[in-house]
Amino acid sequence: MAILNVLILVCVLYVVLLFVVAFGADRAAAQGRGSWLASPLVYTLSLSIYCTAWTFYGAVGFAARSGLEFVTIYLGPTLVMIGWWWTLRRLVRVGRSQRITSIADLISSRYGKSNLLAVLVTVLAVIGTTPYIALQLQSVTLSFAAFAETDLAATTLPDMQSTALWVAMGLALFTILFGTRNLDANERHHGVVMAIAMEAVVKLCALLAVGVFVVWGLADGIAGTLDRIEASEIARFEVSSARWVGLTMLSGAAFLCLPRMFQVMVVENENEDHLRTAVWAFPAYLMLMSLFVIPIAAVGLDMMPEGANPDLFVLTLPLMDGRDGLAILSFLGGFSSATSMVIVAAIALSTMVSNHVVMPIWLHFSGGAAMVSGDVRNVALLARRLSIAGVVFLGYLYFRLSGGGTALAAIGLIAFVGVAQFLPALMGGLFWRGATKTGALLGLSLGAAVWLYCLFLPSFGPSLILPQSVFDHGLWGLTWLRPYALFGAEGMDPVVHAVMWSMLINTSVFVAGSLLSFPQPLERLQGAQFVNVFDHSGTPGGWTGGMAQSEDLLIMSQRIMGAREAQALFAAAAQRQGVAGYLPEPSPDFLQELERVLSGSVGAATAHAMISQIVGGAAVSVEDLMAVADETAQIMEYSSQLEAKSQELARTARQLREANEKLTQISVQKDGFLSQISHELRTPMTSIRAFSEILRDTGDLSAQEQSKYASIIHDEAVRLTRLLDDLLDLSVLENGQVVLNTQTGRLDDLLDRAERAAGVQGGALRVVRDRLAEDVELTSDLDRLAQVFINLIANARKYCDGQPPVLTIRPTITDGQLVLDFSDNGSGIPAKQQAVIFEKFSRIGETKAGGAGLGLAICREIMARLGGSVSYLPGQKGAAFRVSLPLEMRLAAQ
Amino acid sequence: MGKKVLLIEDEPNIIEAVSFILSRDGWDVKTHSNGHDAMEAVRLREPDLIILDVMLPGKSGFDILAEIRVDADFAATPVLMLTARGQTKDREMAERAGASQYMTKPFSNADVLAAVRDLVGA
Repeated sequence: MAILNVLILVCVLYVVLLFVVAFGADRAAAQGRGSWLASPLVYTLSLSIYCTAWTFYGAVGFAARSGLEFVTIYLGPTLVMIGWWWTLRRLVRVGRSQRITSIADLISSRYGKSNLLAVLVTVLAVIGTTPYIALQLQSVTLSFAAFAETDLAATTLPDMQSTALWVAMGLALFTILFGTRNLDANERHHGVVMAIAMEAVVKLCALLAVGVFVVWGLADGIAGTLDRIEASEIARFEVSSARWVGLTMLSGAAFLCLPRMFQVMVVENENEDHLRTAVWAFPAYLMLMSLFVIPIAAVGLDMMPEGANPDLFVLTLPLMDGRDGLAILSFLGGFSSATSMVIVAAIALSTMVSNHVVMPIWLHFSGGAAMVSGDVRNVALLARRLSIAGVVFLGYLYFRLSGGGTALAAIGLIAFVGVAQFLPALMGGLFWRGATKTGALLGLSLGAAVWLYCLFLPSFGPSLILPQSVFDHGLWGLTWLRPYALFGAEGMDPVVHAVMWSMLINTSVFVAGSLLSFPQPLERLQGAQFVNVFDHSGTPGGWTGGMAQSEDLLIMSQRIMGAREAQALFAAAAQRQGVAGYLPEPSPDFLQELERVLSGSVGAATAHAMISQIVGGAAVSVEDLMAVADETAQIMEYSSQLEAKSQELARTARQLREANEKLTQISVQKDGFLSQISHELRTPMTSIRAFSEILRDTGDLSAQEQSKYASIIHDEAVRLTRLLDDLLDLSVLENGQVVLNTQTGRLDDLLDRAERAAGVQGGALRVVRDRLAEDVELTSDLDRLAQVFINLIANARKYCDGQPPVLTIRPTITDGQLVLDFSDNGSGIPAKQQAVIFEKFSRIGETKAGGAGLGLAICREIMARLGGSVSYLPGQKGAAFRVSLPLEMRLAAQ
Repeated sequence: MGKKVLLIEDEPNIIEAVSFILSRDGWDVKTHSNGHDAMEAVRLREPDLIILDVMLPGKSGFDILAEIRVDADFAATPVLMLTARGQTKDREMAERAGASQYMTKPFSNADVLAAVRDLVGA
């Protein structure tokens, strides 16, 4: 079989293996069996996406062209890992406590959740990463072509463009499948991380195997290799110290700032302690990766024909010697490096693009209403998926347009300089409370502009984007604006020149801008959070939720997080506050918790904007305070705490007022009790008396009339009896004298029975059931339980005004608890009434459609006796009641 | 042909009973069973006497009575109010709203007949 076909087969099998590994890891994590997924080793291996195909193949090429200089690319991250471990820990801590989703999110979050800043970082990251993705596609196609050339059986050379397209599509598919399973970008992508860790092992093994083969297979051992190194040009390269220092600093900065590194290091971090292992393990990994670079380069220069591409020595050396198996392993190493980089970069960038560009635009155009009525969750997921496809496609497009030529080879360092522009804003934000949004914006924009003008645009070559005259005489003929000699700094290496000027201008403008501008209140609060992240984990008061509508918040959160998660979050918060039901008080603590949870899904700036649209401008009142208070951060925080206290008092007062209102309402109801009883008893009695007098006093009634009137008397007597039964039932239940008759039965039978008894058949109401979920056995007083179901179904039949009326019954089981939601599509129950519907004789409006208004009161008593509860579930479209009870009633509950 | 009575009441059995009693006594009985458009029914039927229940769906009997009294055509039409809530508070409210007579359910058929005859002066 031809080697090209073998290669394609191996490649496909390898990709299948990646899918299986990712799928398996996701499954294991979902079932809670994935503790090994969260090991420090996996974390360290995932960091190795720093080593892309550019380092896998390119390091040897780099060494063959300019000697030991390639070491700087590994030295920078090593120094950062060991020397700046305190900074890394702080970064990870901030990322976790603020639920940061990307580097754009971190910078925007620190500087007052500014979306403008997030957009700027996102755009810069996309510009910097696109060529880099193109570079990965190029490396795969080039290495593929290297095989094709040696394969004599291949009649036609495979088309480079189509290879790249297939690879790009496969990567986009993988990333979408495993990168967007959860909306919460802050949740870990176990599958992706596991696949990347595996790829890290593959690329290391591949490079070591090639190295061993070259040293002991081709070059007669260590001594022979050293001789060849001595004889090659590599030994004679002089590296300028400026370039050495510049590149080391640059790669260190890029290690912190590259979106994909931020993704694996901060966002995917499972446990802060993993850093401890990574601090020594990751440099060790880098050392192993660079161990054989020089030998391979030297032997390659010696043995390969003149003009052979040194970037492909790792592949062509084994091929030349006929070691096809080793060559395929080496190809897989390069393939792994390329694919893992593209996958993580696509996830990181898509999160940034969808959270900071697509979602804000969508929210802007659909207005505040979309948060309540639109499906934010699906839009966000769709935005993220489209962004992934878009990012990968951009990389492919760049590869097509640049022709895949040698211009790409230099792009790695150029991209590093671009993302390094984030460094001043990032570090300033972590360590300096005085850093402001204005400073960060100005520094970042100017640094990026210098980078674009001095390095990125010139990299396309003269006359392509920048005309030759600009290179010779500067922009608008101003000689101090020549891209390679800014301000007259001539004769410098272009990369070092660009690093120097961009970082110098960026940093000084950032510092000056921060000193001269005044931070907004939110920036100050966030600044304190970031800089003092180790001192306090709680946030100082930022939200004043006096007028927040809990129900609106719940509706919005359900759209974003999913109904179950949102309800659980709200119910837990309500329980902590000691409030019954699903609607907690919108206290500052709760709003902050909610904002953090939401920001995990849509980013800090968007989450902040969404909540403030519902709660109302929280920052405004803080700003007002600022105007009068002495302008220091301490007083600022102090007054914000005072404000939180007074808000709390106001809230307590409101709670008391509400309690009082409820008491008054109940007392009015008790007053109305006699009057109600009187009405309910007198109405049937009136008919009975009137018709019995008619029967008695009227002589000439027909037999038909006689029987009709007699049956009216009978029906009304039955109605009276039922009312008295209900009253008695309620009184027995309330006094706790009820005897429960425990039976075991199936839920679907019980609901069938209730549906029949509630008179649904033949009526307008359609009942939607989930037969599969109803396949449950439960032990309880089934007759009493049926009574509750009948009541709820009959209420929907009587009151639901949907067109046509539909009642959905949805059972779920968690921890031995059965939860049944009865929700209809009518207009629901107004918030004011929700508090009293379970009271006796409460009926909505003056309608006489129902009975005496005792039904729900009886239901509540029954459920309490059965060890469960029935409550009104707010925030649904229509009226919704939630019945919950234990699957097996314990006798003690009686 | 007898005088016209308009009965505004929402319990079907009570409607049937009152209609039966009055029809046999020679009255022309029309009925109406909700509060929303009770006033339109009054204008349409132009009754000589109105029997009005207090608790009606849509609008309370007191409100309807107030509208009847405001309308110049019916300001003097006798109104017999029926209620199932026998509290003195209700009676006072009815009198203040301008009810001609007030009866508590359950009533005896003879009393209703007597009251109706009395009110229309037949």
